[in-house]
Formats: sequence, structure tokens, C-alpha cells
Amino acid sequence: MNTSKRQFLGRTLGVSAGMAITALLGSTRALASVEDVQKAIAEFTGGKAPAEGVVTLTTPEIAENGNSVPVSVSVESPMSEDDYVESVMILAEDNPSALVATFHFTPASGEAVASTRMRLARTQNVLAVAKMSNGDVYSATNNIKVTIGGCGG
Amino acid sequence: MNRKLLIVLLGTTSLYSMVSRVALADPSEGPLFIDGEIEMITRTESVEGHPLPEVISGWHYRTESTQALEADSFENPGMLAVEEGEVLWNTVEGSEGKSCASCHDDAAESMATVGASYPKWDAGSAKPINVEQRINMCRVEKMGAEAYPFDKGGQKPMTAFLKNLSLGEPVRIDVEEGEMQAWWERGKEMYYTRTGQLDLSCASCHEKNNGKYIRADHLSQGNVNGFPTYRLKQSALVSLHNRFRGCIRDTRAEMPDAFSDELMALEVYTTWRSQGLSVETPAVRQ
Amino acid sequence: MAAKPRVKVPKSAAAGDIITLKTLISHKMESGQRKDGDGNPIPRDIINKFTCTFNGKPVFSCDMDPAVSANPYFEFKAKITEAGTFTFTWVDDAGEVTEMTKDIALK
Repeated sequence: MNTSKRQFLGRTLGVSAGMAITALLGSTRALASVEDVQKAIAEFTGGKAPAEGVVTLTTPEIAENGNSVPVSVSVESPMSEDDYVESVMILAEDNPSALVATFHFTPASGEAVASTRMRLARTQNVLAVAKMSNGDVYSATNNIKVTIGGCGG
Repeated sequence: MNRKLLIVLLGTTSLYSMVSRVALADPSEGPLFIDGEIEMITRTESVEGHPLPEVISGWHYRTESTQALEADSFENPGMLAVEEGEVLWNTVEGSEGKSCASCHDDAAESMATVGASYPKWDAGSAKPINVEQRINMCRVEKMGAEAYPFDKGGQKPMTAFLKNLSLGEPVRIDVEEGEMQAWWERGKEMYYTRTGQLDLSCASCHEKNNGKYIRADHLSQGNVNGFPTYRLKQSALVSLHNRFRGCIRDTRAEMPDAFSDELMALEVYTTWRSQGLSVETPAVRQ
Repeated sequence: MAAKPRVKVPKSAAAGDIITLKTLISHKMESGQRKDGDGNPIPRDIINKFTCTFNGKPVFSCDMDPAVSANPYFEFKAKITEAGTFTFTWVDDAGEVTEMTKDIALK
């Protein structure tokens, strides 16, 4: 695992230094690589580094089961024919595969607001990257604690 | 109260080692309204003879986002199965060319509160029967159709559909009918008998330690008013007997079969304990 | 038998209103990450695309990956300018298409 790239990603997206620790400690299960996450974002944004703000990501602080975690995004935009939000990509950094879903909006959406439910393999950061019709990109990151229950079945 | 709790904890060493956070977390505030309209009784005075003063729905023990999922009947994924059950109600099956509706017409009328009062005494088999078994009796005896195997075919959707018709109705059970009292006694004995390598009884978790955490699971009173329940872990409806078996397996004991006399006795007893709480089927739990 | 998808659309709206739409469909969303009882990987089988159009024009869509939960749920918005028909489409890995329509009137 490449720590420097992980730190770079953390800085770029304005996320906590806790990620670097995660990278140093490594993991016992297959996770999306830092490179995969970066590549996915770069492909989505056309190589542009996302700025902070504009996009709001709403998730619970604690998920009592990682199988169904609500996630909502909301992006500030007039949603007019020449100024609207094209897409929002959601990524879960420490899932086996980081991509969760990509929402596509149009001016007919009225507002760039959408919700779904996602699977999280463990406690981790979830990112939303928004791409505007003029090519600007923004992102937001939330940490979600996924608890492991005591009872199976 | 605190001294009593301490004694209980000291006396249950195997459980004590598993309760990672001994601090009590109070069940959350309610009330629970489904779609902002149907008020659920999620806390109520328990029936006479109940060891706990108040019965509390498992809904109170869940996180906000799990609670919200149950409160919206559109978002609740368990409702997909309820709708599937409604289709099955009107589907002709078996040699007699009948559907459930052929005899019972509109379930919303004929079955309005039925799901809230099972298990019932069945004189024919001289045993208590639950909704799943009642459906199978109709299928075999009236429709000439095959009985649903446990948790298979339309069993969970049909059970969820029928119980959901009683949404909000308080759970009740007649333990005076037939020999129900003997089954109640047997269920009670099971409830308090420690089993498995972990030496746990139902009461170890759900009576003596409800409100505490077992690892990260917030222990509820184990009430049965929400079954079949949409469980996030399985991302599917989970039947009561499946959950009984899951709990028993977690104590590392041999699991009795679904609908066996043991588990039917346990259903009679746990239903008696859950009386007064609204039917929440399909409840949403972790 | 799979349950029918559920969609929630207001019956009517005033021109210029932004309405909320909700959809829920029954699907196990097999991630491809799990193994069966014999240790063999269970092949991926998910709904990978959801689309909503209004009178044929795109409103909202979603490309889905295996991290979308079983029984996928979506909530999103639409700006109403005329009466018409919403068409909701789900496509899974096997190419199976599920479609549903809902009409909305102008107030």
C-alpha cells in the first residue's frame, strides 16, 4: 500500500489524517487500492482536483449494520439549462471495490438532490464528488462508523 | 435495583465477559408513527405476572436511521414482501382451483385483526398453531395445494401480509384455551433454561440485560411483535422461528426445528410476554 | 415470484413545482464478493442502471455498483412543467429490464 499517495489523496480531498494511519496499519481483507480510488476520481473529473464546498453529503455517524447505510447528496446549483449539476459519484474508500453509485442529473431534476442505501464493509470514509455542467468539480467526505453486532443469524 | 443488577452480572460470568460496554443505554424516545399516521404502542405496561414492569418494542433499541426505515411504509423494504403476499392471497393454487380470497374474500376485512392473536389453540392437532401453520392448513385442506416448507415459497410474504393487516393492533394471546397453559409453562421453562456452550438462556440477554450492549448489539427485550422482521443483516424478511434458531445457535446449542413443539411453546410464551405492544410487521431491525 | 417495484409520485403538481420521487425494487444485488457453502464464489448479479424519464426526456439516472444495498432505493427530484408520464427503468446484469410508468396531472 502506498502511503504517500494515500496522504496525497487525503490532503486533496480534505479528509482526516486518520486515513494515513489506516494505510500504515494495513488490513486483513482485500480493499480498493488507493490507486483505484484516485483513478476513478480522475476519470470522473477529467483529472481536475475537486474543491471543497457546494456538495453536501449526509450519512449517519454510526451504522448498526453495514448492509444498508442511508446516503444522501445535495449540490447547490440553479439547475438551469446552462448551469446544472451533471453527476455525483459516491465512493467508499475501504470497500472491496470503491465505487458505490453515480447519480446523473438534468435541468429537469429541478434540484440536484438524491438518496440511496449502500453497503459498507467496515468503518471508513465515504466521498461524494460532484461534476458541474461547466466542468467544475467539488467533493465532500464523511466518516461512518460501522459496528459489528454480537448476534448473527 | 443496582445491587440486584450487580448480583446478576457477577452470577453470569460467561455473559459478563461478553458485555463489552456495561454502561446502560436507555432505549430511545418515541413515539413511532408509521407514515406519520398510525401510532404504534411501543411501550406499555406489561401483563399480570410478567417479570418486567414495562414491555418495550425492539424499535426503541435501534439507531435513528434503522428506526426511520420502519416509520416510512414506502421505504421499508419489508413492504415489498407484504405486497407479494397480497398477490398470493388472490392467486389460485392447488387441485381445488381456489385462492385464499375464494373463501375469505377481501383480507383487509376478513383478516383485519387476525394476525395480532396468534398462536391459537388448534383442537384438531391438540397443539397451538401459528400463522404460518394456519396458512399451510388452508393450503392443504381447502386448496389442495402443497404446504409451504419452512421459510420457503410464499410463507414469509403471506405471513407478513396477514400480520401487516393488524399493523398497530396490540398483540394478544388466549392462554386459557385448550391446553395452552401447559404450552405456556413449557415455553417459560425454555425461556429460563441456560443452554449451549455459552450457557445462556433467553432471559440472560433479553430479561436481565436488555438495554446493555453485547459487543455492539444493543440488547432488546426480545419481543416478537414485529415478525416477520426485515433485518438489515440478511437484507430480507426473517421469520420468528428463524430468529429463535439464530439466537439458540448463538449460544452454541443444538437448534430445535422450526415449528417443533419446543419452538411452538417458546412462541406461545414470548407472544404472551409481548402482549400490549402493537403489531409492527414488518418491523425493521439491524 | 418477485415483487413489483414500488414508485411514489404525487398525483398532481402545479407548473414549476419541484416534486420528490421515491422508488424501491426487490433485488438481492449479489455483489460477486460472496462465496457459497462449498466455498465457490457466487457470481455478481446486480441491477446496474436505473433511469427516470418524463415524457421521454431524462430526469435522473444512476449507474450502480455492487455496493448499492439489496432492494435498491432511490429518492430524487423532478421539476414539473407539464402533465405527463414518468417512466422508471431498472436494468440488471443479465439484461433483464423492469419498467414502470406513473402519470402526473397539473393542478
